[in-house]
Amino acid sequence: MKTLIKSGRVVDPANKIDEKLDILVIDGKIAELAANIDPGDADVINAAGLIVTPGLVDMHTHLRDPGYEYKEDIISGSCAAAAGGVTSVACMPNTSPVNDNLAITKYIINKAQAQGSANVFPIGSITKAMKGGTLTEMGELKEGGCVGFSDDGLPVVDGEMMRRGLEYANTFGVPIFTHAEDLSLVAGGSMNEGPVATELGLKGIPWVAEDAVTARDIMLAELTGAHLHVCHVSTRGSIAQVRHAKARGVRITCEATPHHFMLTDEAVRGYNANFKMNPPLRSQDDVDAVRAGLADGTIDAIATDHAPHHIDEKNVEFAVALNGVVGLETLLPLTLKLVSEKVLDLSQAIALVTCQPADILGIDRGTLTVGAVADMTLINPNKEWLVKADELHSKSKNTAFSGQTLRGYAVRTILAGKTVFER
Amino acid sequence: MTVILLRLFIYLELDVEAISMSFNPKHILGIESLTAEEINFILDTAQSFKEINTRQIKKVPTLRGKTIINLFYEASTRTRTSFEIAGKRLSADTVNISASGSSVAKGETLEDTAKNIQAMHPDIIVMRHNASGSCQYLADRLDCSVINAGDGMHEHPSQALLDALTIREHKGSIAGLTVAIVGDITHSRVVRSNIYCLNKLGARVRLAGPGTMLPPGIEKMGCEVFNNLEDAIRNADVVMMLRIQRERQGAPLIPSVREYARFFGLNGNKMELAKKDAIVMHPGPINRGVELGTAIADGSQNVILDQVENGVAVRMALLYLVSGGEKLKGE
Amino acid sequence: MAAEEIEILDSDGVNRAITRIAHEILEKNKGVEDLVLVGIRTGGAHLAAQLQQKIAEIEGQDVLFGTIDVTLYRDDLASRNNLAVGLTDIPFPLGDRKVILVDDVLFTGRTIRAAMEAVMDIGRPELIQLAILIDRGHRELPIRPDYIGRNLPTARNEQIEVDFDDRNTAQAVHLLRT
Repeated sequence: MKTLIKSGRVVDPANKIDEKLDILVIDGKIAELAANIDPGDADVINAAGLIVTPGLVDMHTHLRDPGYEYKEDIISGSCAAAAGGVTSVACMPNTSPVNDNLAITKYIINKAQAQGSANVFPIGSITKAMKGGTLTEMGELKEGGCVGFSDDGLPVVDGEMMRRGLEYANTFGVPIFTHAEDLSLVAGGSMNEGPVATELGLKGIPWVAEDAVTARDIMLAELTGAHLHVCHVSTRGSIAQVRHAKARGVRITCEATPHHFMLTDEAVRGYNANFKMNPPLRSQDDVDAVRAGLADGTIDAIATDHAPHHIDEKNVEFAVALNGVVGLETLLPLTLKLVSEKVLDLSQAIALVTCQPADILGIDRGTLTVGAVADMTLINPNKEWLVKADELHSKSKNTAFSGQTLRGYAVRTILAGKTVFER
Repeated sequence: MTVILLRLFIYLELDVEAISMSFNPKHILGIESLTAEEINFILDTAQSFKEINTRQIKKVPTLRGKTIINLFYEASTRTRTSFEIAGKRLSADTVNISASGSSVAKGETLEDTAKNIQAMHPDIIVMRHNASGSCQYLADRLDCSVINAGDGMHEHPSQALLDALTIREHKGSIAGLTVAIVGDITHSRVVRSNIYCLNKLGARVRLAGPGTMLPPGIEKMGCEVFNNLEDAIRNADVVMMLRIQRERQGAPLIPSVREYARFFGLNGNKMELAKKDAIVMHPGPINRGVELGTAIADGSQNVILDQVENGVAVRMALLYLVSGGEKLKGE
Repeated sequence: MAAEEIEILDSDGVNRAITRIAHEILEKNKGVEDLVLVGIRTGGAHLAAQLQQKIAEIEGQDVLFGTIDVTLYRDDLASRNNLAVGLTDIPFPLGDRKVILVDDVLFTGRTIRAAMEAVMDIGRPELIQLAILIDRGHRELPIRPDYIGRNLPTARNEQIEVDFDDRNTAQAVHLLRT
């Protein structure tokens, strides 16, 4: 089985490639990259005018399966991924039951392999049932396929538990993903604290709720020498802390979401619950800090925090609506927007959604190195399209970008040499 | 005779201005979206309605055949009664639904409750709800008019309007006045609506309260913020005291009502700091001895009962204004 | 098409009509006892004030004078954009008084119907009479004025305009034809 991707602009940041090349895929693996490859008996895909990148890697999604299949499941979630040009997703363990045991991990992996349209890499929970009381069997879970551990959605409140989690995960060489949030400071808040929250009469969440726990966890990483990954950084302060920690050699990485570099808390005016997420949309200062962090390499990955919710969970008063937005299908155009706005160059942008998150997860994806699995995304970077919530492939339609015209999308998503999505 | 004629001339002048504009709001959700001209139009309309409330037969046929539902998710005696009387004096049929006696306790969503009510074809829903933005939510989903009777910590437009009418009556004009508002600013929808309203009408707004009750960024709404009552009320024309919720005592906000009353209650001779002819206002119900000392609660400077009286007229004006212009309803 | 404007009454004409109406009111009611003038805002209110002055000149006595706004009693509120609600100012009881309702132009009669209802809501007068400067016809209700300044048959699409000066004294009446 041979396929030739012809005449595309190949951007493969891991190999510092950005040039017009042909890519030959044999049996699902990258066989050759060269200027003019003779197609021979290969199927030819004309990529002229398109950008060819490694399949995108989204290191932070919620596939809701098992337990919340009415919001999303592995099939619909991986379809949404494929439609967004994403070939690999890491999924968070806050399912029901929680992914804190091998049976759930296996269930996810098997279902994804059998019926999914993307690679699914489970993240196990740090503590049993995410209750903060007992560590999970991280060794066995890693063997079973978990690529990291997180109680995402909730912080590990107890300092010692977090310390032991870091130490224990480090034993097996896997990162801990921290959801940094001091719930006592959140105190029932539903949006970013500041003038907008004050005007709208919504209880605010201060930046310190994120920064304080980020600080604690960075210090714990420093203390233990373990790899800490900070999920969805959204404040100026937490980004500055990551920057300083990296400078002094702490093993720390972090990610930011498109909504945190595209939107501010001003979007909450009108009380549309599709602008309610955790961390909340912050101030313009914070958005600027996220962009600066992406540009200077403080932030290692762009991740969606894809969080599907049923319309009934969003179509309520703002204060009681659930947190989160879907993001898989808007990840690519929003990332490319940072290129058109000259925050990043194209290679930097693609690295943030391919090889860099793949490195953090320790998965052999995100590159077009000869011999690598042929996960690829063919991108039309200039195509403008209107985001229509009801046309999303995800089961849930809670996008923050409905009605916006975005630029660029995947025209073909290839998973191990096979096209899983095409438009 | 001359006196009567003179009065007539004043009112006629006022009227000429009013007639020159058209104001057909479908909903009244807050003061934020209103212009000064629209606010004055509402106040002028309310002024006209006051006369009805002093008649022997306090009823006009204006809203005959209209149904108004007062949907109250929070306990309220004053506002609900005021809206109910306003509706009845305009000959509307008013029905009260309160959270405790309805299906809210059964876990029905706001949208479902609202749609059920809508199926009964009311013309106006007056809602009070503990969630900020809930009236907007309702207005976005229903065909009938929605009047906000207080949504969470967001807005309470009819209160700000009745406050403005009361200030206007006592001070002639609102422009140029200094209004001090003291109390739990953070949790007060009355404050937010008043800041919008007073700013639009050209007053200066000062706020005071303990640090725990001053929300971050409130000064951006257009007001000066003080940490003590004395500085806030110095030379003020109007001092508006907010009700302190006793249940906030012991929570992180205030250590005790006793301490609050000492530093932020309007008592003793503190009013001497304000202008001689300053008026004292309160959205009620008052806590005697807490935010208002008894001497002030019973004193001649307070206009609290005028506020209550004006409340009915303002709510009549709002009900009247959202009812007009059926042709525009579809917009 | 330009509007055609025809003067029906000039200021002298208005004054003569008001003088005559004042005399008729006094004659019919045998003086000013229990008499009150209630002008319908806004034109009728101005005319009522003029009428009050005229009666004072003739009789040497003031009659009580009030104004009434009928907006809240209109039968077409639902289909109209919001009309400004003016102030009703009748600072005396109406019970057992002879109320002379005053308006500038009588057309369909609906305003008068509303005014009568408004008056009845405020008190129970002994009787209500109607004084009108211009009766232009086209009645839709069984209403007949007691005092008429001028009968003026009109077409439905024509308009009658009463001009008042800045002291609210009626200066002229015009017919507008488009």
